[in-house]
Order: sequence, then C-alpha cells, then structure tokens
Amino acid sequence: MAPIIEIRDLTKRYDKSGPALAGLNLAVEGGEALAVLGPSGSGKSTLLNMIAGLDRPTAGTVSVAGLRVDTLTETASAQYRREQVGMVFQFFNLLDDLTVTDNVLLPAQLAGTTRRAAAMRAAALLRRLGIERHADAYPGRLSGGERQRVAVARALMNRPAVLLADEPTGALDRSSAAEVRRLLVELNQEGQTILLVTHDTALAESCATRTIELIDGAIVRDVRAVAR
Amino acid sequence: MTGALGRVVRAGVGRRRIPTLAMAVTTMLAVTASVLAAGLLIASRAPFDRAFAKQRGAHLTIQFAGGTAEAGAIGATAHLAGVTAAGGPYPVQSPRPTVGANRSGMPVGDHLPPMTIAGRAAPTGPVDTLDLTDGRWLTGSGQVVLTAVNSPLSVGDHMSFPDLPGSPTLTVVGLARSVTGTADAWVSPAQLAALTPPGATPAYQMLYRFTHAETDAQVAADRATVAAAAPPGSMTSAASYLKVKLAADRTSAAFVPFVSAFGVLGLGLSVLIIGVVVSSTVGASTRRIGILKSLGFTPAQIVRAYVGQALIPATAGTGLGTVCGNLLSIPVMGRADAAFNAGTLTLAPWIDLVVPAGALAAVAATAFVPALRAGRLPTVQALTAGRTSREGRGRAAARLLGRLPLPRPVSLGLAMPFARPARSAIIIAAVAFGTIAVTFGVGLAVSLSDVQEAVNRSSPGAVVIQTFGAPAAAVPGSTQTTAPGLTAADPAAIEARLRTQPGTRRYFTTGQTRVSVAGLAGTTTVIAYEGDSSWGSYQMLSGSWFHRPGEAVVPTGFLTATGTHVGDTITLADNGHTARVRIVGEAFALREEGMLILTDTATLKGLDAYILPESIEFDIDLTRGTNTQSYVGSLNTALQSLGVTAQPNTGHLSSSALAMEGLTALLSAMLVAVAGLGVLTTVVLDTRERVRDFGILKALGMSPRQTIGTVLTSVTLAGVVGDALGVPIGAALHHVVLPAMGHAAGARIPAAETAVYHLPVLLPLALGGLLIAAAGALAPAGWAAHTHTAVALRTE
Repeated sequence: MAPIIEIRDLTKRYDKSGPALAGLNLAVEGGEALAVLGPSGSGKSTLLNMIAGLDRPTAGTVSVAGLRVDTLTETASAQYRREQVGMVFQFFNLLDDLTVTDNVLLPAQLAGTTRRAAAMRAAALLRRLGIERHADAYPGRLSGGERQRVAVARALMNRPAVLLADEPTGALDRSSAAEVRRLLVELNQEGQTILLVTHDTALAESCATRTIELIDGAIVRDVRAVAR
Repeated sequence: MTGALGRVVRAGVGRRRIPTLAMAVTTMLAVTASVLAAGLLIASRAPFDRAFAKQRGAHLTIQFAGGTAEAGAIGATAHLAGVTAAGGPYPVQSPRPTVGANRSGMPVGDHLPPMTIAGRAAPTGPVDTLDLTDGRWLTGSGQVVLTAVNSPLSVGDHMSFPDLPGSPTLTVVGLARSVTGTADAWVSPAQLAALTPPGATPAYQMLYRFTHAETDAQVAADRATVAAAAPPGSMTSAASYLKVKLAADRTSAAFVPFVSAFGVLGLGLSVLIIGVVVSSTVGASTRRIGILKSLGFTPAQIVRAYVGQALIPATAGTGLGTVCGNLLSIPVMGRADAAFNAGTLTLAPWIDLVVPAGALAAVAATAFVPALRAGRLPTVQALTAGRTSREGRGRAAARLLGRLPLPRPVSLGLAMPFARPARSAIIIAAVAFGTIAVTFGVGLAVSLSDVQEAVNRSSPGAVVIQTFGAPAAAVPGSTQTTAPGLTAADPAAIEARLRTQPGTRRYFTTGQTRVSVAGLAGTTTVIAYEGDSSWGSYQMLSGSWFHRPGEAVVPTGFLTATGTHVGDTITLADNGHTARVRIVGEAFALREEGMLILTDTATLKGLDAYILPESIEFDIDLTRGTNTQSYVGSLNTALQSLGVTAQPNTGHLSSSALAMEGLTALLSAMLVAVAGLGVLTTVVLDTRERVRDFGILKALGMSPRQTIGTVLTSVTLAGVVGDALGVPIGAALHHVVLPAMGHAAGARIPAAETAVYHLPVLLPLALGGLLIAAAGALAPAGWAAHTHTAVALRTE
C-alpha cells in the first residue's frame, strides 16, 4: 500500500544560513502515529508546516494521500487543509469569540457541509472527547486540557486523512497532558494517522508507533516501537 | 529623546511599520483635506475686496467722447482733489469682430458681440492692474489680450474686423482679468488706432481711485467732481465699482454655504480619522507598554514615549499633507478663481502653519489619553491585554449570526464589528462622512444643472438670432444705452426670412427697455415679448406666465424690492406716460439681481417706450425632425445680407455654475477618497490585530477568497449604517445649503430644483457607503488573504 505521507528530498531555506530542512526523505504509512522529536531549530515545525501546506519547500516534494501538496495554489491548499488534514496546536488556537460548538463546526462550515450533518458530527465528537457539557461555553472558561480536546475535536471534524499535532501537550499541566496523550493513543488505535511534533519524549513513547529525530533539518534516528 | 526611552521610541516607529504607516497616511490625508478646506473657507470671504485691493481696482471707470475732448484735458482730471490715483486716458473703441481661425471650436466668420477694446501699453499702472491668467501681455501690433471672463476665444486664436479697412486680424496672445471689468480686450495704442473706422475718433477711458468711495453717494460725488472738471458734455458714461462689487459679493456669498459645508465635512473627517487611528494604534500597544513598565518605565515615560512615537510618523504625514494640500489647491483654487471672478486666489500662507500645528496638536492629544490610561494600568493587567479574551463583547451577535443560514465566512465577517464596537462606530462615521459628501455633492450638481436650465429659459429657442449679438456690457454700471457706431438689423426683415425658412415652427422676439416703476428709484429693465411666448416661458415659482397685454411676470428680486406680491398691480412710467400692469406670476431669474419685468410688447404701447434695437433677439423653435445645424446654415445664408447670424442655442453656461459644479465634484471626490482611506487605515489596523484569527481560519481551510469575503463582509454593516445615516444627512444638508445659496444670490430656488433626490438618484447613492467601505477594505482584505498562515499563527 502507498504511504499516506511521502516526502522526497525536502529542502527548506529561510535565509542564507543553513537549511531548516536538508533533503529530507520520509514515508508515513496510513494508521501510523509518527512522533517527530528534536531540539529547537531542528526543523520539526517546518516539516509540519510543509505537510500541512502552510509553507512551500525550497526543493523536493510533499505528497499527502496522493496529492502533491507542494504544488498547490493558495485556494487548492486551503481545500486540501479542509479535507485531508486536521491540525492541533500547542496553544490551541481556538477563536475566543466563538463557543466550543462553533469552534468545532468551523472546518465543516468552511467546507460547505450541510448544517444538519455538521451539527451531528460536532455533537458526536464532543461526546466522544468527553466535552459535550462545554458545548455552549467559550474557550476562555475551559482548562488547558479541555481546550486541547476542543482543538482535537475541531481537527477531526472533516475526518482528515492525517492529524497533525504541534506540541499538543506543550502548554498543559501534567494531568491535562496525560489526558491528551490518552486521547491521541485512542484515536490512533481507531485508525487515525497522526504526526506529532514534540519535545516531550514521554508523549512520543506513549503515543507513537514510530519516532524520528531531526537535527539540523535531517533525520538522524528513525525507530519503530515494538509495542505501545 | 536619548537613552532607553529614545531607543523604545525609535524601535516602536521602525519595527511597527503598519501602525506607523497608518498614522503617517492618516495625518497626511487629514492635513491635505484641512489645508484645502481652510483655504477655501478663507478664500470665500470677501474675495472681491481682496482682489480689488491687490489689483488697485478703479472706483470709477469713466468714458469720454473723443470728438469733444482732447486727451490732455481728460488726463488733467487725474489731478483733481480727492483723486488718489488715475489710469489713462486710454483710447477705446467698440467694434464688432468676427471669429477668425481658432482651436476653440468657434465657427469662423461668426459675429462676436461688440467689444470694448482699450489701447493700453502695459498691464500694470497706478489703477487697474490686469491679472494675466493665460498667455502673455502684448509685445506689438496684431495682438490682443482678451478678458478672461467668459472669453469666447483662447490664446492662439484669431479675431477679424471685416468692416474695417484692410480687415485687420488680431491674434489672442493672452487672457487677463480686470477686477472691475474695465474692457473686453486690450491692444496696443497703435493697434487701437488701426481699429478706428475712417473719420471716427476713439473715445477715451479714465480709471480713478478716490479718497472716499465707500458708498454710492460718495462715488456719485466723485463722479460729479470729474464731470465738472472735464470738457463740457464729454463724459458719456461712468461705471462705479460698487455695482461690480455687489454682483461679485453676491456670487461669492452664494459659494459660502456650500464651501462651508464641504469645509466643515473635511475638517470633521480629518479630526475623526486622526482620533481613531492614533488612539487605536496606541491602544493596541498596551501589552508592549506592560513590558516596558515591567522593565521599570514610569507612566510619565510611557506617555512621552507613545506621544513621541505617534508624533514621528504624524510629522512626516503632516509635511506630506501640507505639500499635497498646496498642490491640490492649484486646481481647487483655480475653480474658485473662476467662480469668484476676483483674481488669482492662493492659499493664505498662515494656513500652512496653523493647519499642520493643529494636526500635530490633535495627534499628541489623541495619543496622550490612551497612553496615559495604559501607563496607569497595573503592569500585570497591561501584560495580559490582548491575550485574554474580552468577556462578552460581540459574542451574542457572533452566536446569533452563526445560526443564520449564511456561508460561515460571511457570518464571521458580519460578527466582527460587534467585537470592537468603538472602532466599528468610527468606520461607520468615516463612511457616513463620505456618503454625506457624495449625497450633498450629487444633489448640488443636479440642482445646479437644473438651475442652469431654468436660467437658460431666458433664451428658450433651439436657434437664436441676436441683432447685435449680446448688448455691450463691457462698462459695468454704464449709463450708455447703445454701443456706438453700430446699426441694428431690421427686425421686420429678419422676421420675413424666418417665416419663409423651412423648418421654422414658431418664434417670438424679445427686446429690452428701461422704465420707471412707481415706488422704485431709477429705472428697471423690461423684457418685452412679441409673439406667442408661452412655449418659452421662464420657470415659474408662483402664479402663471402672462397671457395678455397689461400682465407681467417678475422675479423674486423685484417682488422683494417693491414689497409686492403676485396679483398686485404696479405702475410703469416712461416719457411722461404711465401704464398699470398686474403681476400674474413670479419667475425664477437671477439676471440683474431679479430686477426685471417680463411682459408683452403691447403693454408698453401707451408708454411710448423705446426698445433698444441691439437688444432684440429672436427665439426660434424648429419643427420636429429638423436638423439644427442644417437649419442654421441655411438660415444664415438667407440672413447674410442683413449682417446678422443665427446660432444654435447651446444655452449659456454660467461660469459661476460651472465653477460650482467643478468644485463640488472635486471636493466630493476628495472627501470620498479621504473617507475611503480612513476606512482603509482603520481596517488595516483591525485586520492586523486579527491576523492570528485569520491564521487559524486559514489553517482550518479558509480559502483566500473566503478570507477576502470575511474582511469585506466585516465592513458591510458599516457601509449600510453609513448609508442610512449619510444619505439623509447629505440630503438634509443640501436642503439647507441650496436655499441659502439662492438667498445669498438674491433668489428663491424653485422647489423642483431642491427636490432632486428621486429614485434614480437615490438608488446609486444608497450603494455609495457600501462602495466606500468595500473600496477601503479591499486592500487589507487582500493582505489578510495572502498573509503567510504559518507566520500569522505565530503572531502575538
């Protein structure tokens, strides 16, 4: 079976200093939970942005679910993000002016999903993630862990092929971080492909089926977990 | 500012480029608008008096018959007691030229009205310095400088005198303005001799300034002094500057209401956009202020830093705005020149000092308040500003709009104004200002056009024949009755040719005379109609057009001056005879300050009144389908032997009305541009503050088009509310200003000219605010759509 994420010779330079990514090759199979580790400035977030279509490579190709992400126009890139990827951020990136439900509904609404179908899916996700009691609350009233659950629900709204998580536990206390870890494991066990960028080795060990380590934009270690 | 404070200010200006640019652009716009607004307001105050003083205008312009007095004897009157300065004697002639080769689109060979041509060696002198508005002064013979007021020809055109020996042709080398209109044209004294018919002697013109000439009585006394000293019977006419001043003051007074309205709008908009942009920019820096406070900056240092930070771009903007205002003042003041007919207008120099100083003071004051507020905030509170959500603000609206069956980008955009109500109110105000300007400007333009049309009803035919062209009007206030040396064509002969001319449907003639009106000093102009004039009546304000002899129609000015009303009877007197005339209607007419009587020629029969032959005009209506140009060509062939020409009636375009329309268009466009740019700077700041929100939405799959849609939708409400406020206020302003303009001109504006906001006018106006808002938001919308998502997500 073809990998769901396929990266070839990926290079990204921001200025005349060394490349953020230096000819990186990577293939991620469907259903994998890939943790990307590495120190600050190693190119983790750049890799994530390339896969999410938020940034363009200097050289090389990025394909997700058979689609060449690196060649997409702005509009096609937006459509790709709506349909193929869901994103979870370190600082949640929820819109403070919208309720939890409205935040979760956003990707479906931007994609033009019918109101009824979107509402049903949002309600199901909130239930699944244990935050249905906060459906009408505003994000500012929730704990960090709850906010990250809302962010995960929003990311899953359009049933993405890949869930991209950038330091998902980075802004959480220990118990909230454990909560999110458990959630990611469950999602992966249900078949969701996950690519998470993290400093948190505990998160990588508990969630990932495979771990790669980046240093100076290159993969220096690629390890598959024997068992989780 | 040195040390840490200086570095903070420099970093704030240099690194925060968008707010810096927004402040510079805003102050530039505000100062540009204010310089122009203030300039116009000042220029519209007594422009005649300023021009009269600057050009050393003539209190009296007296013409002497050349045959009865020698130039030396006339020139000696310059030394009479009470005369402070004199110009002349200048030889004058009133020949009737024809149009020569020209680039002004005038038919070659057409007769021009008789012109008063003065022989002057120089444009300067102790009295009546001529203001050259185009071209240059005379350098020799074969050249002429025409009056800049309603000149039919331009520089480089030619005019001929086929009735004079050798058919001399003159080239127009310049256009000049005499503040009291002492002549229609100027040639060298030698050239004037060549324009004098064989056997004729040129008349002489003397221009005087007196010690006392403030009132009619003083000017009359001055005139009597000159008359007593001049050779007996030599004085043929005398024109007082007071009559010209009255007309000029009325014209400029008519401008004051609308120039004031635009000026106030411009100044109001300037203060508004300075206030919003500066306070928003400083207000958005609260977190940075928190950081500075945490490092040990005192509230006073914070205030100094932020006022300084606002003043640096504002100073640059103010400088640019002053330059732009001065550059833009060239066309604007040019329009005002034409309108006031009072010499070249320039910006008062102090405006370039006062307006920038005022703008900088406004910036400092506007920056001071939010900076002081932020400086006094507890440091922790300042540090968290912008990071914590503002409870409740606009959430209900966002929630409600989210439930509506609208595309999500649209409902998100519609909810945005509710999150920052103060800023939204400012955008609404900017849009409303723009809409007021457009509504007012469009209404004024339509009204002026209608007024012009109404005024043109004094010559209603499709084709007009003037027996002498327009009567000579070169010597204002002149007591002279007929242009010398001219013979009028026989009206009966013209009529005979008209009757047989194919295409003539109907016609009537008008002629002028002056009669006394019981209760009024002096004489009043009567326009006497012959033939059925009902198809070409003036626009009526009340009553009806006259139907029979003994009935008359008069303008508002006449009713006001005589204290009469429609239905009253007045007594006319001339040559010892009297006639009673019933006023049956009030007509709209601005001519001669409304001191006119319009009646049938038969009304004057009993008075034995003398109709001035040169005033007779034929107004001709053509049968349907007749080509006007062909008709005129054919008729002119028939009229050739009579020495008159028929002309298509293109209507008289008043230079004042044209100038008003030009100024209105220019000022409306400028205010709309300022309003649009005010919206732009406000939306730029708003979009910048929301850049992270847009980053999130784009990360979730919002396309560039959807992003643009959201930003544009966010100003829709402002556009709609701005329209809802601006259109009625603009219309109300028009309803106040137009009658005030009419009142200043001594006329009552017909209701039809005020009620111009019909559906075809209102519908586009109703979209005006939306267009201003959308145009202002388009650039920031594009910026939001194309901002790098990854960068936007990292923005604090």
